[in-house]
Amino acid sequence: MAIAKVVVIDNEEFDIPQRRVPIDHVQSELTRLKKALKISKEEIRTLQKRTVERIGKEAASIFDFHLGLLADKVLQNKFKDTILGGHVTAEYAVATVLRSYAKEFRDMPQYLADRAKDVYDIEKRLLRNLTGQQRQTLSHMTRDVILVAHDMTPSHTAAMDREHVKGIATDAGGATSHTAIVAKALGIPTVVGLEDITSLASGGDLLIVDGSRGLVIVDPDEETLEDSRNLARQQVEFAHSLDTLRELPAITKDGHEIIIRGNIEFPEEVHTVRSKGGKGVGLYRTEFLFLSSDTEPSEEDHYRAYRQVIEDSPGETITIRTLDLGADKYTQSRARNPERNPFLGCRSIRFCLELQNLPLFKRQIRAILRASVDADVQMLFPLVSTLRELRQAKSIVRDVAEDLEEEDIPHKPDIPIGVMIEVPAAALQADAFAKEVDFFSIGTNDLVQYTLAVDRGNERVASLFTAAHPAVLRLIREVVRTGQQHDIPVCLCGEIAANPEFTLLLLGLGIRCFSCAPRAIPEVKKIIRSITIQQSLEVARQVSKFDTDSEITSYLRAATRKIMPEHYAE
Amino acid sequence: MIANKFGLHARPAMQFVELANSFTCGIEVAKGSLVVDAKSIMSVMRLAATKGTTLKITADGDDAAEAIEALCGLVNSGFGE
Repeated sequence: MAIAKVVVIDNEEFDIPQRRVPIDHVQSELTRLKKALKISKEEIRTLQKRTVERIGKEAASIFDFHLGLLADKVLQNKFKDTILGGHVTAEYAVATVLRSYAKEFRDMPQYLADRAKDVYDIEKRLLRNLTGQQRQTLSHMTRDVILVAHDMTPSHTAAMDREHVKGIATDAGGATSHTAIVAKALGIPTVVGLEDITSLASGGDLLIVDGSRGLVIVDPDEETLEDSRNLARQQVEFAHSLDTLRELPAITKDGHEIIIRGNIEFPEEVHTVRSKGGKGVGLYRTEFLFLSSDTEPSEEDHYRAYRQVIEDSPGETITIRTLDLGADKYTQSRARNPERNPFLGCRSIRFCLELQNLPLFKRQIRAILRASVDADVQMLFPLVSTLRELRQAKSIVRDVAEDLEEEDIPHKPDIPIGVMIEVPAAALQADAFAKEVDFFSIGTNDLVQYTLAVDRGNERVASLFTAAHPAVLRLIREVVRTGQQHDIPVCLCGEIAANPEFTLLLLGLGIRCFSCAPRAIPEVKKIIRSITIQQSLEVARQVSKFDTDSEITSYLRAATRKIMPEHYAE
Repeated sequence: MIANKFGLHARPAMQFVELANSFTCGIEVAKGSLVVDAKSIMSVMRLAATKGTTLKITADGDDAAEAIEALCGLVNSGFGE
């Protein structure tokens, strides 16, 4: 829940909504305009100089025209009058004034009509400098704000001042959009997909963003405000009570130590893992490195990210998972022939082991080995379904290590290697895999999907998706047993690791290592500290008697409610 | 009268406006009934003065006379094109 004043971010696609600004902001809009004019002039002078040097005076003469436009007093007055008269943003003034001029030019004889292009060019430059300034102010805010935008780009989220951004509301986006992921990771109340929040909320408006209910209230009345403040206060209190758990160990009442690690998508999240009381990273999803730009990350891009994670987690175990993309963005949008069945297609380890993708795979492995010098890092391969894949991948790791050895580059020579157990084939053949890896990581999200043959993104069958299905639980139990028999650690890193309702059961099945989203760590720790392993075994025993997931879910809910009733408070 | 082949396009328009800005007096230029500030490039462009157009230049201030003479000279000489 966030309650603060709005700051609107214009996106760079220059779809300028007519946005009113409050009277006391008009002056700052004029100042922004002046600044943007100045910066634009400097840019053009530089461009002009470069053009003279590289091409010649003739070609550079067009910039005289651009500079003339920017210096034009009549034009500047038009901008000013629009801002003052309409109480609109500098962007809106620039766009409307210049576009109307450009339209006039277009109707003129040929040579003059060409100048419309220059006017549009000036418009783009001014707008870019206006929103660029915004990016600057985005990172240096002086008070708490709620960001409102059509959509937030990776560069916005990277630039924003995390201390002062208390909430986010966007027109576009869904639950898995970049904005939603970042917001979840940073714990910022966010609502996406509102469609028209940018036309309903203006800079300076008071907004309530209720992330858990997906609600945004613009200019709330006193009563609503009071209610929301109370709710926010309760949430903060509960969060604080969980905060006290941070330094405390995750030990059951009968003295069994459980490891709780964090799942992260980008390096900054290690701070959240630590602040929530997690120890190390059980799953570093490296896909973000590939998704955050149009080009493939270089070895240095990988290396820098991994080093950051390692250096910010001294002494902790870090598990880096190699590229797990496929079914969604990466391979689909770039494929010449999109697959008909991407979830069963060429993704993750299969994608990486393809001949043409080996350089990409090796690049990532090389960076991992180099970054892991003197650090407790393990390498995790996703979606492994056959021993052959595992052996191929391992031999590639050996090759890369050999290369690094020959090049005399420091690296971690014998990095522990594990596989995600998420394909039923791997779960059923766990004994064979256990002989050739150093650890298992059970990925229940995909394991449930493949075992129950359900696409959780398909609304028609999504209700069938549940880890509480006896078949899934049976697989988990077998994998844990196999791990114990072969003396290799087993960590569970799917969504259910974050769900306090499953903690008892998973402990009872033998899980002693969880890795989950940082924000869930305190509650999981609380449950662990409130029970005994004996209790968890009893729960597992009871659960094994049920045939259906609904019975199991009800039973687990009741059991958890008894131990941690606050989790269910509304 | 505009003698240039392409009329008062960007370069000559800029020359005109720069010259106008070098004087302190207020200067206006008109094409027919459309009167604009001669010191504003955007406004001058709007005149869409093509070859053969007759422009009327008026000035008001200390150096008005020199301004008119200079600007007329520039236009009639074809802007050196």
